[in-house]
Amino acid sequence: MIHSLFLVNASGDIFLEKHWKSVVSRSVCDYFFEAQERATEPENVPPVIPTPHHYLISVLRHRIFFVAVIQSEVPPLFVIEFLHRVVDTFQDYFGVCTEAAIKDNVVVVYELLEEMLDNGFPLATESNILKELIKPPTILRTMVNTITGSTNVGEQLPTGQLSVVPWRRTGVKYTNNEAYFDVVEEIDAIIDKSGSTITAEIQGVIDACVKLTGMPDLTLSFMNPRLLDDVSFHPCVRFKRWEAERILSFIPPDGNFRLLSYHVSSQNLVAIPVYVKHNITFREGSSQGRFDLTLGPKQTMGKAVEAVLVSSQLPRGVLNANLNASQGTYTFDPVTKMLSWDVGKINPQKLPSLKGTMSLQAGASKPDENPTINIQLKIQQMAISGLKVNRLDMYGEKYKPFKGIKYMTKAGKFQVRT
Amino acid sequence: MSASSAFNDEKGGSSSVGEPEYGHDPASGGIFSSDYKRHDDLKEMLDSNKDSLKLEAMKRIVAMVARGKNASDLFPAVVKNVACKNIEVKKLVYVYLVRYAEEQQDLALLSISTFQRGLKDPNQLIRASALRVLSSIRVTIIVPIMMLAIKEAASDMSPYVRKTAAHAIPKLYSLDPEQKDQLIEVIEKLLADKTTLVAGSVVMAFEEVCPERIDLIHKNYRKLCNLLIDVEEWGQVVIINMLTRYARTQFLNPNINESLLEEGGEKTFYGSEEDEDEDDEDKDKKAEVATMAKRKPYVMDPDHRLLLRNTKPLLQSRNAAVVMAVAQLYFHLAPKAEVGVIAKALVRLLRSHSEVQYVVLQNVATMTIKRRGMFEPYLKSFYIRSTDPTQIKVLKLEVLTNLANETNISTILREFQTYIKSMDKDFVAATIQAIGRCATNIGEVRDTCLNGLVQLLSNRDELVVAESVVVIKKLLQMQPEKHSDIIKHMAKLIDNIQVPMARASILWLIGEYCEHVPKISPDVLRKMAKSFTNEEDIVKLQIINLAAKLYLTNSKQTKLLTQYVLNLAKYDQNYDIRDRARFIRQLIVPTEKSGALSKYAKKLFLALKPAPVLESPFKDRDHFQLGSLSHLLNAKAGGYQELPDWPEAAPDPSVRNVEVKESVPEWTKCSSREKRKEKKVEKPFYSDSEGESGPTESADSESDSANGSESVSGSEVSGSGSESEESEEGSESEEEEEEEDEEKDKKKKKKELKKKPVQESESEQSSEEEEEERKHERKSKPRKSDSETESGDEEESESESSQSESDESESEAEVKKKKKAAQSKPPAKPVKTDGKKEKKEMSLLDLDDFEPAPSPQVTPVNSFLSSSLVTDLEGLSLSDSVLSPATIAPSSALKSYELLHRITGEGLSVEYCFSRQPFSPDANMVAVQIQFTNNATSDTKNLHMEDVKLQSGMRVKEFPEIELLPAGETTTAVMGIDFCDSTQAANFQLCTHTRKFFVSIQPPVGELMRPIFLTENEFKKEQGQLMGMNEITERLTLDVKCRNEHTIVQRVTTAANLSRVPCGSDKECSPPVPPPPPDHPVHRFAGRTVTSSSLVLVTVATKEEGAAQLTVNCEKMVIGTMLVKDILQALTQ
Repeated sequence: MIHSLFLVNASGDIFLEKHWKSVVSRSVCDYFFEAQERATEPENVPPVIPTPHHYLISVLRHRIFFVAVIQSEVPPLFVIEFLHRVVDTFQDYFGVCTEAAIKDNVVVVYELLEEMLDNGFPLATESNILKELIKPPTILRTMVNTITGSTNVGEQLPTGQLSVVPWRRTGVKYTNNEAYFDVVEEIDAIIDKSGSTITAEIQGVIDACVKLTGMPDLTLSFMNPRLLDDVSFHPCVRFKRWEAERILSFIPPDGNFRLLSYHVSSQNLVAIPVYVKHNITFREGSSQGRFDLTLGPKQTMGKAVEAVLVSSQLPRGVLNANLNASQGTYTFDPVTKMLSWDVGKINPQKLPSLKGTMSLQAGASKPDENPTINIQLKIQQMAISGLKVNRLDMYGEKYKPFKGIKYMTKAGKFQVRT
Repeated sequence: MSASSAFNDEKGGSSSVGEPEYGHDPASGGIFSSDYKRHDDLKEMLDSNKDSLKLEAMKRIVAMVARGKNASDLFPAVVKNVACKNIEVKKLVYVYLVRYAEEQQDLALLSISTFQRGLKDPNQLIRASALRVLSSIRVTIIVPIMMLAIKEAASDMSPYVRKTAAHAIPKLYSLDPEQKDQLIEVIEKLLADKTTLVAGSVVMAFEEVCPERIDLIHKNYRKLCNLLIDVEEWGQVVIINMLTRYARTQFLNPNINESLLEEGGEKTFYGSEEDEDEDDEDKDKKAEVATMAKRKPYVMDPDHRLLLRNTKPLLQSRNAAVVMAVAQLYFHLAPKAEVGVIAKALVRLLRSHSEVQYVVLQNVATMTIKRRGMFEPYLKSFYIRSTDPTQIKVLKLEVLTNLANETNISTILREFQTYIKSMDKDFVAATIQAIGRCATNIGEVRDTCLNGLVQLLSNRDELVVAESVVVIKKLLQMQPEKHSDIIKHMAKLIDNIQVPMARASILWLIGEYCEHVPKISPDVLRKMAKSFTNEEDIVKLQIINLAAKLYLTNSKQTKLLTQYVLNLAKYDQNYDIRDRARFIRQLIVPTEKSGALSKYAKKLFLALKPAPVLESPFKDRDHFQLGSLSHLLNAKAGGYQELPDWPEAAPDPSVRNVEVKESVPEWTKCSSREKRKEKKVEKPFYSDSEGESGPTESADSESDSANGSESVSGSEVSGSGSESEESEEGSESEEEEEEEDEEKDKKKKKKELKKKPVQESESEQSSEEEEEERKHERKSKPRKSDSETESGDEEESESESSQSESDESESEAEVKKKKKAAQSKPPAKPVKTDGKKEKKEMSLLDLDDFEPAPSPQVTPVNSFLSSSLVTDLEGLSLSDSVLSPATIAPSSALKSYELLHRITGEGLSVEYCFSRQPFSPDANMVAVQIQFTNNATSDTKNLHMEDVKLQSGMRVKEFPEIELLPAGETTTAVMGIDFCDSTQAANFQLCTHTRKFFVSIQPPVGELMRPIFLTENEFKKEQGQLMGMNEITERLTLDVKCRNEHTIVQRVTTAANLSRVPCGSDKECSPPVPPPPPDHPVHRFAGRTVTSSSLVLVTVATKEEGAAQLTVNCEKMVIGTMLVKDILQALTQ
């Protein structure tokens, strides 16, 4: 399975290596660098690169390449999924997963990697288990450690790995018992030039933050479970119960975790919360182009559309943009040609607009493509699909937990073609 | 580059970790002595006796290792700390050791003894980590030690250690492939393991060591299928992939008839099938059957079905690799009609990280070629966004192209039109090619596509134009006669198009098809001749080509023009062009000198050129197992296991049948999760496929809700009212169902009694003759339990009986083996083999025909022993010699424990005691006698147990249900618990017809063993083998009341189920040991643990004035320690 792991930063330096079997020379990464040079963009580096003796499987997260070296047949997704899990774990431990964070915590990183793989085969990947084995560094603990010389490694050996609920840490205790659930839905849509929807779908997740003492057994039921078309669960969810009753029944892991991700059936019409009026033109022969954009709320069910951010990759020929935003601020990066406009909240009475001219390279011919507009937005307290949690019950423990559910709608990959 | 990178790297790393003095690489530093100095203080720190200093040093060293710097010269200093008490130091030393041991083999050997000691540690996690590190040290010399350690760990009682053993197998194999045979034995053993923790790892080991030994899977197949859902996600991937291969060798192609019928007509097949409900298996089966009526009817093997059914829920996994594994399994194994279910899940994965998308899209692309219908509803999910990375865009394009058909082509083409305007030119080129492929595949849109492409010829981007021309060229080559107008159009374009590549392509086209445009072509040549000198080289070459072709077909009009062009070319600056001109002139212009070739000039130039084929690069990739690395690369990767073709005829399915009974983990289900899954597994999973009835569902929900309130301590059910109502309802219905099943069973039994004795465990008072007969039957014909396994329902109802049956057969076999062994082998045996032998010996004690009488024994606890002894003796007809140890068992009053108090039990009080009788249905279980007393005023009905929650590995044999316990009456029942040699409690619910009580039985350590008979000599010999770690000695002062022999023996035997070793009986045989002085006798006791049959030897040596020394020898150190404590207490209180 996974032989070695190299971490490569944006400038092409290997700043960490770990071997689970015999040592593989880091020169194997030269093949990776070659591929990196061939690819114009970092995200175009092929995830799987064959070399004469090894195969390199890499993922790119936070501008760091995680390059796994493998020697023989293995499902590529297996490695990719594992590498992502490693990144998630780092993020969980250090808050961010940057080169600096990894270098600062190189010992913890090494200990984690040692626990996560044995002979290249995943051993412990549940964050609850890992946290029992290796305590995440906190500022306080780092200070205490430097003073007292104590360690990050758990004092007593964890039994969680052996417990009947392998994803939950044992002996959890809280003074305030709380369980919060965030229902977050994202709209993926492509809107065409004329404003009609080409494709739109809703993908949702329920993220949970559960801090409950003991071994609580929770059930979560929905008012309208039929909306959910395709779901994937955290391993704690009892599949059978869902199949039979459409109720989520589970013993939660401790802390933050993603309980469920779902897809709303495509039969339901997706409400598009905003519309865009645009007029972006380039005239032949002139070195000026017009840029005119107006946003407006569409189907928002009375809720305010917030945190709107519009971005667009303008054609290469554009030298500069001289625009006027009625609201918010805009920036244009003349190198990457990226225009972004931080709109903020949309006021339905006074629609935000961005108008002005773009100056083109002199003599360059009219760009034959129009830029696409990507929109990000947030709508609080609403799940656009209409999904509603009915109730949350807890069994197995005697205290009364504090429960909370929050809904939010976001734009996922929301594109408007012009 | 790498040098500079290493340098930067160091700088960055050292500044952050704060050790600038180590910032130089030895290689670049060059001076070795300074190198020494640099590490001197690290060595000092490592040698100090302060853990904090050691830790600091180790942290720095690990940081060096992480940055890939050589720290090997520190090896001696580090290896010294391998036995350090501090856990973190130890861990870091392990990290270091594993990294450098290979380079410093001799020094590494110093650490081995530490790990060997660790392997014996009572803590399973320490044992596991010791094995992990030991097996990770790649030093060939320790191969035998590793082998031994792995073998031992493979039979460890902790599943976690066994899992580590499974991980160690491939490590050892890669170190020394010659160990393969021995390792296969270990794999075989671990494959039979029933815990989910082990399953994934051992299959991984199987795949790496002996993937060809598919025969090892047979008897574990069903178990693996059933456990699958509970295995951790990484294990699931490996198991599913392996089972895919297995299924390909064992089952028939479910699509065999269709593939014969279809024979290339797949398109129509899918078109028609689209409307059908894909999930409706029954309907599809019928349809299938109908189509196959003429041919040999295909019936899916129930095991094949089992696999498909049990993997399906995993499509809901959050792990993309698991989803992909299931998807490929369905793609390769499922009947066509059922493959559709995977589409949704795969489309879901497209939301994930781009690397995941990349792999999934590659697989989807392959699938769409074979099974287009499956993804058609999700067409829009493959639409491309401008923000996708190019490689994703290209793959999506591929999928869209594969999905294109007559109905959706217009929408797809409209999409393509937007893509063509993209800024990403590589992507645009790919789009043009895609359009070309759509045009070749779908006749109706060919013209539209062509027109669109022709328009693209005016694109400013060279790449776009070139790609378009190439594609147009290919399209025209297919049917040139129809498209003379396009050629004409292109001829007109030549005035405007400036891109040389495009001009050249157009000229080639006109030349090639000059017959279709006879009027235009000379004119084009005329124009070209005019501008010849200003053209680019490739265009010039094509002009010459055009001239030559025209000269050959239409020499009258073009002779002069050709001459002119050739003359121009003759004096061109480019030698290629000059050469070409000279060559062509010789070839086409007939002169007296021209060679034989000129005759064939026409054939040479105007030969029919085959039209290029436009097909997907993903065609035929599916001969690689999908989801594999080889598939992704379209080249065989090392270690890839070919996916075999379906067999012509199915191999004998009974290979899985016979032994599976034994391995169905009936009683091993323990955790709440496992319990839940067990239900899932044993009951038909999908109600639609099996027609599951209502009651089962409610029963299941009951168990879940019961799980929920499980940990509420004590006996009151604190859940909400509705919940308990629900659960009662559930339990009732379950009972009903059970009754039904029982009835069914009985009927069936009558029918099949002669052919295939199926026995209910309740009514198992069969005579010995019957037993004999049964044995015969079983031997004479392999059990072919078609009816048993065909439907899940029946299997479920019979699982109980079959379990006990298999248990019997097992013990029977053991008895027989034992008999043989006893005949052939001398009685004295070394310890290693002894373990097994002894176990068999024990099984002699429990006879198949002895069963705890299921009828309620209305005997109070105190008198139970005697009464049971009577039954015991009645049932036994063996020679006394073997039996004697059992009868030596202490006859003192058994201690009884309270299970349920009268008050909490609402009148029902329950006590239990360990009866110390061999539990005959299963020798590895401890018999627990339970006494129920009904103190209430009303009758209690239907006393039974439910919802057993156990630690993994533990098993329970429930007591038979007590139908009625009248008020004021008392009854007893016997249940068996296999505690797995641990003192973990067995939790379960005691249910009456109205209430449920949560109770738990926790055994004192002394009950986890059974007495055996040893002579003093044997005892000493065994004791000699169990020295060192396995021996625990304690000094004590005996209680005043217990200084005589009788009380000591009594107290020890009460505390632990051991038998006394008769002392002095064989003094003659052991002359070297002088008998102890008579006033200070030594008492010895012997026993074996129930589950693993490890010897337990206890010695109490008395001394003056009540002083005594207690020695316990036991392989199981945990048991030993606890036993010492218990006996100590018993003797000193």
